[in-house]
Amino acid sequence: MDPVTLDARNLLCPMPVIRMQDTVRKLQPGDVIKVVCTDPGVLHDIPAWCRVHGHEVCDIDEQEYEITITVRVGPGSQTGA
Amino acid sequence: MSKQPKAVALISGGLDSLLAARVVMEQGVHVEGINFFTGFCVEGHTHALRKKDRQRPKRNNALWSAEQLGIKLHIVDIIEEYKDVVINPKHGYGSNLNPCLDCKIFMVNKAREWIDANGFDFIITGEVVGQRPMSQRKDTLPVVARDSGAGDRLVRPLCARNLPPTLPEIEGWLDRGRLYGFNGRSRKPQMALARQFGFEDYAQPAGGCCFLTDKQYAVKLADLWNTRGKRDYDFDDIMLLKVGRHLRPGTNFKLIVGREEGENRFLEGYRKRFINIIPTSHTGPLALIDGDPDADDIELAARLTARFSQGRDAGRVTVAVKQLDGMTQTLDVIPMPSDEIPEDWYV
Repeated sequence: MDPVTLDARNLLCPMPVIRMQDTVRKLQPGDVIKVVCTDPGVLHDIPAWCRVHGHEVCDIDEQEYEITITVRVGPGSQTGA
Repeated sequence: MSKQPKAVALISGGLDSLLAARVVMEQGVHVEGINFFTGFCVEGHTHALRKKDRQRPKRNNALWSAEQLGIKLHIVDIIEEYKDVVINPKHGYGSNLNPCLDCKIFMVNKAREWIDANGFDFIITGEVVGQRPMSQRKDTLPVVARDSGAGDRLVRPLCARNLPPTLPEIEGWLDRGRLYGFNGRSRKPQMALARQFGFEDYAQPAGGCCFLTDKQYAVKLADLWNTRGKRDYDFDDIMLLKVGRHLRPGTNFKLIVGREEGENRFLEGYRKRFINIIPTSHTGPLALIDGDPDADDIELAARLTARFSQGRDAGRVTVAVKQLDGMTQTLDVIPMPSDEIPEDWYV
């Protein structure tokens, strides 16, 4: 399956994390998601969110104004609506 | 109960909710965290748009708390539903536009819905009797439990011994003797408990965790309501109130001027939604015009924008004005001298 791309540009944290959380909830373990962001806060928050939920950060690509974080969905169940 | 009881903890990112969750985890309860994003939450990131604030930690404190606890954290966007709390608080506002009691009732109610939907047994908050003048008083804590519908499924582990026993205590899921009886505004008992659990570097917000408690922010929100003639907002409104210098020369429009590169970059994301001005002859800020300006207003806005550019002392500054239809107009303007900008234009 091709990676799912999520556009979270111009959103300030924690909105990129919330959008990612809502997208990951619809994915299966092993699926890959690329999140494109502009808030440098995601460099801390998305890896932190992945650690607490058991997802794997595969890559962080930091350009001048954009950050793309690639995450592989982990096996943990997604509690919550 | 033969199965392990499950609780959801409201995690704000502050010390009290961190400790409350940990106290319950110590008793063998499965705990997950929930954090509600209202749009008014004070986070290091918004400040970090500005260079002077970049030394502040850029972490999300609720996520940090979850990591310290080793629990999942569910961050819930409640921006739309929360509007009614801000606009029509049944219990009124605190010192600014902070509807603290209604806010707590709303969040505990959302947590109650969450535990019902997810098969959890009870809710944990870090509230302490007497800690806050509005939402954490002896007479208002029962109001939160009652009006949220959580009732005796709401446990405040840090002050539980000052309150009637809750369902988890009655059912034997929690040993009341291992809960606490903190009260009042002193932080010493919490700090001692943090040391006991080995928590260091926890967040200690100086001005609370909500922009609505901030006087300057509340003035900007009130200005927005007054000039629009209705108490309403959307998400972009409340984000923009956190960013830039706001000047209101008239009731029909306001100028939002980026104060530095980080803010200019953030405002860039709004260029398609607002008439915007950027100096072209000199380095300068991006400014958005919020409202319905006429040609004279746009020229005034251009002069103000020029005032905050590197050309402030030049005879004339050229600016590009981009209209909503995408057309760009070039204006040559005299920067407005600082002493000619009325103080009451600054919102």
